[in-house]
Amino acid sequence: MKIVVCIKQVPERDARLRIASDGKSVDTAGVATEINESDQYALEAGLRVAEKVGGEVVALLLGPDAAEEAIRRALAMGAARAIHLNDAGFQGGDASSAAKALAAAVRQESPDLVLTGLQSDDAGWSQTGVILAQLLGWPSATLIMEIEQPEDGRIKVKRELEAGWFQWITLPLPAVLTIQSGIYPVRYATLKGIMGAKKKEMKKMGPADVGVDGGQVGAAGRKVELKRLYVPEKTAEAEILEGDAATAAASLVDRLQKEAKVL
Amino acid sequence: MTLTGSKPATEGLLPLSDVQREIVRTAREFAANELAPHVAERDRKGEFSREPIDALGRLGFLGMLIPEEWGGNGLDTVTYLLALEEIARVDPALAVSMSVHNSLPTQLILAHGSKDLKERYLRPMAEGRMLGAFALSEAHAGSDPAALSCSAVRRGDAWVLNGAKAWVTNGGTADVVLAMARTGGSGSRGVSAFVVEPAWEGYAVGKEEKKMGLRSSNTTEIVFRDLEVPVANLLGEEGKGLAYALGALEHGRLGIAAQALGIASACLDLAVSWARDRQAFGQPIADFQGIRFLLVDLAAQIEAARALTYAAAAKKDRGEHARKEVAMAKLLASRAAMDAGVKAIQVYGGYGYMKDYPVERYFRDAKVTEIYEGTSEIQRLVIASELLDG
Repeated sequence: MKIVVCIKQVPERDARLRIASDGKSVDTAGVATEINESDQYALEAGLRVAEKVGGEVVALLLGPDAAEEAIRRALAMGAARAIHLNDAGFQGGDASSAAKALAAAVRQESPDLVLTGLQSDDAGWSQTGVILAQLLGWPSATLIMEIEQPEDGRIKVKRELEAGWFQWITLPLPAVLTIQSGIYPVRYATLKGIMGAKKKEMKKMGPADVGVDGGQVGAAGRKVELKRLYVPEKTAEAEILEGDAATAAASLVDRLQKEAKVL
Repeated sequence: MTLTGSKPATEGLLPLSDVQREIVRTAREFAANELAPHVAERDRKGEFSREPIDALGRLGFLGMLIPEEWGGNGLDTVTYLLALEEIARVDPALAVSMSVHNSLPTQLILAHGSKDLKERYLRPMAEGRMLGAFALSEAHAGSDPAALSCSAVRRGDAWVLNGAKAWVTNGGTADVVLAMARTGGSGSRGVSAFVVEPAWEGYAVGKEEKKMGLRSSNTTEIVFRDLEVPVANLLGEEGKGLAYALGALEHGRLGIAAQALGIASACLDLAVSWARDRQAFGQPIADFQGIRFLLVDLAAQIEAARALTYAAAAKKDRGEHARKEVAMAKLLASRAAMDAGVKAIQVYGGYGYMKDYPVERYFRDAKVTEIYEGTSEIQRLVIASELLDG
């Protein structure tokens, strides 16, 4: 069984972030990075399925040269090889143009299963995985909390719903699953794994290599443009409305209408 | 505040390879996720647990310096210290178990052991299936190991050991103990090294020490009463034990220097974070020059000790004579750990004195780095002999 796991490199969880001078991005200079959290869980889930039924996990990452660190980590954790979509033409995109690039690479691999994290910790669109499934024309399921061993070309998975509810569903393969954080404890890369990763294949590919039109991916293919990135401003203003609930509510409505003019 | 993040303390100072950076990341993640949540409680209870050290073994951290041929990872001393510093930054008590195992018994068996000893002990130790201890000190022979009196007398195919060893790290939990005993006349040339299994008859774990710091490491007396050690378990040549032991002490000293750096950098990170958050007179205390200069001096002191430690380790890795630099590194890194503990408590103020906050624990853990693997006075003797008598 061949499993492709899509991973993204993001700033580390407790990194101190600064807005870059263009006002539209995060200044990544000197910022420590990691594999996006839910992608780490997707990788763990993929490795577990591959270990159970046999087969290989291929890590697929879209990002600049610096993202090689995330790829090395994935290889050290147990991915058999990696594809690095690394080209200026892939940069500056949105979820949809990223999904187009990933879909092209996935088509070349024709795996049985594609796993992605539920969402990225930086942009947080939660869309790349589902757009990818749509582009491939494959069944998909989101928020996966458990995966059963695939059988007869089908896979049974548990989805997380609202308010503590779950749902078991079965999908025909190939399929795309977006994995929820916490599905299984993520393994550490062992020292043997880290040293063995050096010998594994890391293939760098551009738009032409995966057979995708350059106008469809990266900045050229994006549908969403980020206008401004800023840190919410802190102000010292706060006012406590006096009186019982009814009085306070009436006062609040009055202010929202007359002062804030939002009602 | 928790000590997380994957950026090694050494980043920027040393040119780390990709492999080194990845190993540091594993060490740091493991420490943050598996050790940090339990370290304060284990200290409070004075409780040693095999699980964390076994987990380090499964990841490969107990065979770092052992060649792949013998089940290890064949890494250099610099890489080993990078990992050890990360573990020590969160759990200095676990770090000493790791340091002793990697620096002493495994190194000695690797350097002087027969093929048979390597197969029976070194391989499982490198693979993390056996934990090692090193028994040199005795109650009356600490800084002066040549005065040791534990005896080994040849009887048929065995050496019979009698005597007691003091302050043995992993003493009550190890699977293999490298013990020094006197086979010949007085002085350093009468001492031999033996590979001993605690399961053998005549081996007893004595008093478990109650310590000021490193409370969750296992430190015990061990007692030999007519302990029969097969001749094959004599390490190397008879009468060479102390020479072997002193040869391995350089690795041990670098290990303790790295442990001290871990303690020091944890104290610095905690103090910086506290100084940013703690308000006094309407501003963060980090804005007061008195606090700023204190932290600056500490940061510079730690970085200097770190630079020296890794430079000494790199010199050793190149196969050059590094006895002086290693002693200097151990001397300055342990001093930095102690100073960092004192200063971190000062920055924390009254909170720092309370057991609810981690800095008093680091302070207690720091002190022993100036004592074991050669006291600071012994390091000065070593440096003096290299400086003045060479």
